[in-house]
Amino acid sequence: MNTKTVLLGKTYQFQDLKEIMAKANEEKSGDQLAGISAQDAKERIAAKYILADLTLSDIRSNPLLSPEQDEVSRVIDEGINERIYSEIKNWTIAELREYLLSSIIGDSEIKRISRGLTSEMIAAVTKIMTNLDLIQAAAKIEVTTHCNATIGQKGILSGRAQPNHPRDNLTGIKASLYEALSYGIGDAVIGINPVIDMVDSVKDILSLTKEVMTKWDIPTQNCVLAHVTTQMKAIRNGAPADMIFQSIAGTELGNKAFGIDEDLLNEADELIRKEGTAPGPNLWYFETGQGSELSGEAHHGIDQVTLESRCYGLARKYNPFIVNTVVGFIGPEYLYDTKQVTRAGLEDHFMGKMHLLPMGVDVCYTNHIKADQNDMDNLSLLLGAAGVNFIIGVPMADDCMLNYQSTSYHDIATLREVLKLRPAPAFEQWLEKMGIMEHGRLTKAAGDPTMFM
Amino acid sequence: MEKNLDINALVDKVMERIAEEMNDSAPKEDNDHFVSEESSEEMQEEIAIRTSNIPNPKWEDGVTEIIESTPARIAVWRAGTRPLTKTMLKLRIDHAAAVDSVYGEVDDKLLDEFSFIRIETMYENNEEYLKRPDKGRIITEDGIAVLKEECIAKAQVQIVVSDGLSANAVNANLRDVYPSLLDSLEINQLKTGTPLFVKGGRVACMDHIGEILQPEVLVILIGERPGLLTSESMSAYMCYRPRKGIVESNRTVISNIHKVGTSPLEAGAHIGTILKKMLEQKTSGVKLNI
Repeated sequence: MNTKTVLLGKTYQFQDLKEIMAKANEEKSGDQLAGISAQDAKERIAAKYILADLTLSDIRSNPLLSPEQDEVSRVIDEGINERIYSEIKNWTIAELREYLLSSIIGDSEIKRISRGLTSEMIAAVTKIMTNLDLIQAAAKIEVTTHCNATIGQKGILSGRAQPNHPRDNLTGIKASLYEALSYGIGDAVIGINPVIDMVDSVKDILSLTKEVMTKWDIPTQNCVLAHVTTQMKAIRNGAPADMIFQSIAGTELGNKAFGIDEDLLNEADELIRKEGTAPGPNLWYFETGQGSELSGEAHHGIDQVTLESRCYGLARKYNPFIVNTVVGFIGPEYLYDTKQVTRAGLEDHFMGKMHLLPMGVDVCYTNHIKADQNDMDNLSLLLGAAGVNFIIGVPMADDCMLNYQSTSYHDIATLREVLKLRPAPAFEQWLEKMGIMEHGRLTKAAGDPTMFM
Repeated sequence: MEKNLDINALVDKVMERIAEEMNDSAPKEDNDHFVSEESSEEMQEEIAIRTSNIPNPKWEDGVTEIIESTPARIAVWRAGTRPLTKTMLKLRIDHAAAVDSVYGEVDDKLLDEFSFIRIETMYENNEEYLKRPDKGRIITEDGIAVLKEECIAKAQVQIVVSDGLSANAVNANLRDVYPSLLDSLEINQLKTGTPLFVKGGRVACMDHIGEILQPEVLVILIGERPGLLTSESMSAYMCYRPRKGIVESNRTVISNIHKVGTSPLEAGAHIGTILKKMLEQKTSGVKLNI
């Protein structure tokens, strides 16, 4: 495997694949914090040049973290279709990029080669793609999933209704949910982050959302984003859950910090299939985000783009209904400013889609990061163009429980109009029945939550 | 992202609820004189955005009910699919206040008033502080010299204040929380060391200070990451015999200290009580029985 190049009269010699992968990343404060990033732009491009000429088999035969050492590596490696891999293993990363961007290559071709790609190969090609490359390639891939209803079709933009409340007050959650529905938001999921990770309150919130769904005959699915073990207990106690949620990391150690491992996910998977309220077959909701492995000191010196891709490698084993990268939540020590958040959002969406995952993005920021609401407007528009399956809907983008800003109910409604996208078909029919939407546009009645009271 | 809250946060929320219930049940007059002019204005603003903008709601009475049920910005109405101008501007001003707080400075006069000795961490500048949390955990060489030469070592209680992620939090709360903490320590007959202000501190800078001064217990009052509801929220992290290598679960925390959260006066008294229990039980964090 070549690790050396000469660029502008200077020789760049890298130690190994791990170093090349890290230094080929666009600038991220998290890679700098880990002490593995390129020293300057030239060294960064030198690493990209070398990476572009490596083959897929170079990537596979130089594991950054071996399957014997790490169960996420094992899950990724076991999921590879060996026949398809052997057809493409001599491709360079540059050839892979050009294949994905070729005008004669579309959804079905990409879906086929995806089965032969490891998460590290997908991360590698991401590092030599521009923002617009990432948008164009991702836009070719259509990933539809079904829980209670189908989402993800071309031309569809769904929204998660996220009606959180700082004290898990059920009336308050319901009020914010009514507001969401009145703007046509909630087709991806009605998903609440609980303040208190306790079985009873999780059960109460699941029952409440189910009650609203049943009363108004809403074709969507519910979820409470507690720890997987809490949800399992709630489900065993009879809580009506359409799917099960968990945050995941790209290494076994990272998952340990989240209090999970493959066995636990398998157990939860079996439970939701037996005792969940939805037909599926897609019954999981995963969340990820660059930097979480470093934050848990579980990164093994691997860069945050590659680790993020490995999250998707783990997620694809479970055929989730939705996957969401919470791109701006983690803080400036991992993604410093708007430029880094924008890049990460586009990378994550592309890498997820390359794993054939139903990708959504929480386009968001905290108050100590250099970003504002205009930046969220921009990134959500870019992701809309890239065919993102769903984004997050929070009242006026301000989550009064998690103390960060995301995208609003208004924003999703606006993106649909500007980009000529529609809610999921079953949900749009329901919106028409309720008099909230007509021919894909909000009616005069839209925006009035009291219609549900 | 792990949005689930850890056990400390859980305890906080429970405490927050208790505090709220206490506030609710307290006679109104008692609270009034704590409310400054500035905060009354804020409250009026708060009320202003809490009015519905829906022109013809289907159920008029329902509007008040939903607005009162949540601090979320709902019943805001729209211009086409976009928010109304004032609703949009309100979000922007709240964000501006939160950002100001991250980049703000603690008032020097305030620190002089309470004779705080000033030291700094290795944070260098604001940008580096945000990018490198590890640097905010280490005291500079100069700071170490100050600790060794000018501060009381092996105190029973070491009090530390730091700007953290919100200078506003210190400016807004220190005048209430610090004297009430001193009163509470005096009542409990506990002796304090030299009061310290750390610029550019992260929570774990208490470990480095603990290593050098070796107090029995240490409390750091530090600005929290600002939210839009308030940029003045402060946390108190407490630890029995803090030193390098301590794990997070060894710290006891009271968060959400601000005038509409846990009241700063009550927090000061409460911290004193907890520190006393730490000294009695010779432990802190998850092992401490409160």
